[in-house]
Amino acid sequence: MNNTKNIMIVGVGGQGTLLTSRILGGITLAAGYDVKLSEVHGMAQRGGSVVTFVRYGESVAEPIVEEGQADVLIAFEMLEALRYAHFLKKDGVLIVNEQRIDPITVVTGVAQYPENIIEDLEKEYKVLKVDAQKAALEMGNSKVFNIIVLGVAARHMDFPKEAWLDVIEKTVPPKTVEINKKAFLLGYEEV
Amino acid sequence: MSEKKIMLGNEAIARGAYEAGVKVSAAYPGTPSTEISENIVKYPEIYAEWSPNEKVAMEVAIGASISGVRSMASMKHVGVNVASDPLYTISYAGVNGGLVLVAADDPGLYSSQNEQDTRCVARAAMVPVLEPSDSQEAKDFMKYAFELSEKYDTPVILRTTTRLSHSQGPVTLEERQKIEDKVYERNVGKFVMMPGNAKQRHLYVEQRLKDMAVDGYDMPINRMELNDSKIGFITSGIAYQYVKEACPEASVLKLGMVHPLPRKLIEEFAEKVEVLYIFEELEPVFEEQIKSWGINCIGKEIFTVQGEYSANMIRKAVLHQDADLKDAAKVPARPPILCPGCPHRSVYSVLNKLKIHAAGDIGCYTLGAVAPLSVVDTTVCMGASISTLHGMEKAKGKDYIKNWVAVIGDSTFMHTGVNSLMNMVYNQGTGTVMILDNSTTGMTGHQDHAATGKTLMGETVPAINIYHLCKAMGIKNVIEVDAFDTALLEKVIKEEVAKDEVSVIITKAPCVLLKTEKATKVAKECVTISEKCKKCGMCLRPGCPALTKNADGTISIDATMCNGCGLCQQLCKFGAIEVREK
Repeated sequence: MNNTKNIMIVGVGGQGTLLTSRILGGITLAAGYDVKLSEVHGMAQRGGSVVTFVRYGESVAEPIVEEGQADVLIAFEMLEALRYAHFLKKDGVLIVNEQRIDPITVVTGVAQYPENIIEDLEKEYKVLKVDAQKAALEMGNSKVFNIIVLGVAARHMDFPKEAWLDVIEKTVPPKTVEINKKAFLLGYEEV
Repeated sequence: MSEKKIMLGNEAIARGAYEAGVKVSAAYPGTPSTEISENIVKYPEIYAEWSPNEKVAMEVAIGASISGVRSMASMKHVGVNVASDPLYTISYAGVNGGLVLVAADDPGLYSSQNEQDTRCVARAAMVPVLEPSDSQEAKDFMKYAFELSEKYDTPVILRTTTRLSHSQGPVTLEERQKIEDKVYERNVGKFVMMPGNAKQRHLYVEQRLKDMAVDGYDMPINRMELNDSKIGFITSGIAYQYVKEACPEASVLKLGMVHPLPRKLIEEFAEKVEVLYIFEELEPVFEEQIKSWGINCIGKEIFTVQGEYSANMIRKAVLHQDADLKDAAKVPARPPILCPGCPHRSVYSVLNKLKIHAAGDIGCYTLGAVAPLSVVDTTVCMGASISTLHGMEKAKGKDYIKNWVAVIGDSTFMHTGVNSLMNMVYNQGTGTVMILDNSTTGMTGHQDHAATGKTLMGETVPAINIYHLCKAMGIKNVIEVDAFDTALLEKVIKEEVAKDEVSVIITKAPCVLLKTEKATKVAKECVTISEKCKKCGMCLRPGCPALTKNADGTISIDATMCNGCGLCQQLCKFGAIEVREK
């Protein structure tokens, strides 16, 4: 099972990791792979640190990605990128959204938000940074930032553009299909 | 039809129920079980309900089974405790239509107050347990569970765990089976569990388990995978996948029925391998039984009883592989918190100001235990807030609880809190109970309950009125207050805790994430006027995640996170925060 591809999506509860992992699950299944996803529901969704896993290949056993095994790590928030970076393989790719959300421990002054996260990560990993928040706001919908980040990540996966757009159409709420497709293309082709 | 679909474990369980011809499903929401009912309701052939608690849900399913149809209840592991009274006895009585209880355990405590293992409950209740390993099996085992239930005249538990319930994998869909209703015949010896009848049924139950243990040898869900004979694993559920990942060449006995254990099969497998490992999450349920049969094996000596397992655990403890892993960066923790705009934050900011302790309960508002709100002192189980406060008063006297309240949500109040409040009235307590009514079951993702006026199947029904319910108990002091009116709340709380009588304060404001709320309300946001800001930090005290302190001491409010509740505006004495339309 060494040909299994391991993808992780990390972020803060409420940032849309579930939607993103479902799009990934949809595209891998459509391409004929065996696929397993693992998600976090419940308490951690209330602003906690959340992680979802997507694994695909000929035959997938466990639904989780373990330390040192991720081919692609998609981080919707910088501190969460740092928290999970050690899950990456040596030649893995880290896509990080340049958003900072202070955890309550920082808000209350118990802990400090680390400085220069991206610079530090770049010393050890292949990092692609994207200010998806800004790009989403320019598009007029701050919520689709996660799909912009997915678009950037999609450049590092082996599925054609049309397949992505097709699965987005099938996965997101009908009213948001066009804006999500636009957001994906922005990440895939431009940002 | 052989359509393949990617499904969440819980979605596959619901599909299995549908295909098995289930007609009645009852549940109380609880992570990680909630999505089972949320998916069952998509099949119009099944009657599905949210019951007020797990005991009621179990009894609804029992009634449906006795009447002759296939029925089920689903709940999280701690919910099984609530349902254990009917469970233990229906185990004696047995079934008419097939009866399955889906119990969702939470190894690693993603969203629970303990880490108990349902297999232990099942052993005590003498109920067989099946445990699937992926979404496909979740569906298939569900159907098999109904067959076993009817064949052996027993309720069957389908045990899942968070990792299985919340993982997705491909599932091949099949048609719904045409299951004829069983004929109902009055059978007092079987369905009236009074002592004389139960005595007879106890003998049956003991024999049933023995028979199933023997028959387990041939059950297709118990599977020997013989490979390299040097290492053998006995495992089940999601742990099986970690074995296959780490040791694809090892021999494996994969147990689909995890209670009772198929002893002969296990003995045969043990003979075939040199070293035998028992790889089971949580309690050493297999291990203790297998060791008691005189079989050498290794289990909890090297594997933990706490938390989830992984393939890396086997690589390290069994294969002694040096994985050369990087250490995790030391970063600030990010625990879950109340959402921006959550009405609980407003209530807690007042209790914090008044230095009042709260006996807490199970729900989002449990998060009021942590800094900076630091209001909740105790959390045990559903409904316990009111009764623990009452116990404190009876131990220490009424003056002792003048700086205490009980806090409980609307759904949890309907679950079992209402019984505790009856007790407080009946036994002459003087406590103050705060029902934080946000019009939904919040933590599990917005399920309706008896006081919301809507059913799981979407019907609009009369809502039980919590105010009148409390009044009907004879409580004089029942006050409803807007959760965001902090001035009035402060006044009311001060008055009520001072009284030598039971008081109920119902704080009202819907959960900020409720879609119906979002659709009908004008979206608002809070903004700072930095030149008026005196950098006092009062607005930061309730710990709203949308607010951050800038380097110069002024405040920024994240527009994408803010829900415009205006709590920070109420706290600012200098008019430096405004609420405006988004």
